[in-house]
Amino acid sequence: MTRIGKLFEKLQAEKRCGMIVYLTAGDPTPEATPGFVAALERGGADLIELGVPFSDPIADGPVIQKAGDRALKAGTTVAKVLEIAAAIRKTSEIPILLFTYLNPVIKYGFEKLAADAKAVGIDGCLLTDASVEEAEAYVAPMRAAGLDTVFLVAPTSSARRLKLVAEYSSGFVYMVSRTGITGEQQTLSDSALPLIERMREQTKLPLAMGFGISKPEHVAELKHHVEAVVIGSAIVRQIEEDSTQLEAFLRRLAAPLHTAAIS
Amino acid sequence: MISQPDAGGHFGPYGGRYVPEVLMSPLEELEITYAEARQDPKFQEELDDLYKNFAGRPTPLYHAKRLSEAVGGAKIYLKREDLLHTGAHKINNALGQALLAKRMGKKRIIAETGAGQHGVATASVCALFGLDCTIYMGEEDMRRQKLNVFRMRLMGANVQAVTIGSRTLKDAISEAMRDWVTNVSTTHYLLGSALGSHPYPMMVRDFHRVIGVETKRQILEAEGRNPDAIFACVGGGSNAIGIFHPFIEDDAVRLVGVEAGGRGMELGNHAARFSGGSPGVLQGTRSYLLQDDDGQVSLTHSVSAGLDYASVGPEHAWLHDRQRAEYCSCSDKEALEAAVMLSRTEGIIPALESAHGVWEAIRQAPAYPGQVFVVNLSGRGDKDIDIYRENLKELDAE
Repeated sequence: MTRIGKLFEKLQAEKRCGMIVYLTAGDPTPEATPGFVAALERGGADLIELGVPFSDPIADGPVIQKAGDRALKAGTTVAKVLEIAAAIRKTSEIPILLFTYLNPVIKYGFEKLAADAKAVGIDGCLLTDASVEEAEAYVAPMRAAGLDTVFLVAPTSSARRLKLVAEYSSGFVYMVSRTGITGEQQTLSDSALPLIERMREQTKLPLAMGFGISKPEHVAELKHHVEAVVIGSAIVRQIEEDSTQLEAFLRRLAAPLHTAAIS
Repeated sequence: MISQPDAGGHFGPYGGRYVPEVLMSPLEELEITYAEARQDPKFQEELDDLYKNFAGRPTPLYHAKRLSEAVGGAKIYLKREDLLHTGAHKINNALGQALLAKRMGKKRIIAETGAGQHGVATASVCALFGLDCTIYMGEEDMRRQKLNVFRMRLMGANVQAVTIGSRTLKDAISEAMRDWVTNVSTTHYLLGSALGSHPYPMMVRDFHRVIGVETKRQILEAEGRNPDAIFACVGGGSNAIGIFHPFIEDDAVRLVGVEAGGRGMELGNHAARFSGGSPGVLQGTRSYLLQDDDGQVSLTHSVSAGLDYASVGPEHAWLHDRQRAEYCSCSDKEALEAAVMLSRTEGIIPALESAHGVWEAIRQAPAYPGQVFVVNLSGRGDKDIDIYRENLKELDAE
């Protein structure tokens, strides 16, 4: 079992909803990332999604696009992100999920990535544009290396597709709360809760929900429904605006997770 | 040799469906709708009627005698897609997909455009069917193709400037995909080339196949036989696959695709995917891709906005690997030369994209006396007048 699996066992034992945080590795420089991860862990992060920048991020909104541009300009590659992960592992046992698009990973090589990611202490991988139909060549070496493969489901996913995604996923399933790209929203989408309900019928895997979650109220509402919430663009924006306040910023967002145990 | 994708949309190792999960269901819906429409004689009837009475099909296959004489060797025919309504072959696909959008009850259309020809065709069919229309176009392309921007707006389209990345076709596609992800229940993405996820490469090809089907009939009437070679420019590759496809099983017919050689063969200066690229995944499909050692997509350059793209339609990748089609490139300068030559010898000003195909045909013609060549003249040059003027300043003198 990876650190991801162990985390969800622990969350269940503590009757607590987890906090998953995305950040773009290498933004604004590769050297800055381990420090940000440490601040996020102190601020309440239970799992880190380490984004590898890609030149054409079709699923991302402007905040994460710009972070990716900065990271690419600073020379961030797959190999560099593995070095970043190794640096994080020197001081932390927080679960790390590599989060990116297919092409950089194809170029690096699935087998090589599986081996190298395992070696530096990464726990799993999520590729935004890898549909389960095309995922076999990627899933097999990842699983063989003992890494989790996390896939996305969306409000538009049919029951057939939810089932298929559940089959290919390990660790947890990432639920996209709404149709759209990454980015902060005022209110939670109406499609969020029905999707959770439909997914429960298909799998016993833990469910995490992300896309558009940027306020303590969103977290407070979701914590009764999913095993973890994911925050991305709000964190990336905070890094862009004032990274010295990262820990305090996340602590405020994560506060609802610690006010009362889940019933 | 029959060229069809498998059930997952793969042409050999290429094609497929590489998109965020949100888009998988709409792609499945589109695939089903298209499969039903294909079996429905009324759909084909309606499309044929629009091809004939709205777009102006069939287009002539014209024997370019003075051009042929000027270069010597092969006899050159031009398939006159430039004479179609809106000025290029793009209208064939725009009409087909607009009918599908109607069938799916989608009232809003989005599209990307490079040179603006697909955008103009889309704006036109949206006006025709009363559909809401948004076109994504790179800021750099808007500058290069001002006339087409105005044409789209005149027909009621909302043209959105794309200011990210290289501000060209690739970035316009990314923005259109982001729009589609967000507005998927109301919106059809009218993709303009034989690119993207299944079923687009197959469907867009099918709507352009009429080019090759007509050519086959017309050349038989004119010459009593198949041509020896067919030339077409290849950006995404829709006009090329449209004219190639009915000839794929005719092994004796050489199929020649011409990519943009730009200003040189260093990465970033051209859009010659087959000589400078390697297989990769971009914008929903696996194909040849101009990329760096880290799998980041390279910038491209071409004087012609419609060929300025880092990847290529997956069926072309498959034809390339099986050596059924040949791919070569033509530089900015050579394309401009070909455009001038065609203008002077035949009184036909081609689109800069199409001029790439013309150049390769006139380059090869002297070596093939007695042969019959067909060039797909995919678009007309009105939109490129500003670029021609910049490059032919002597003609502007008082």
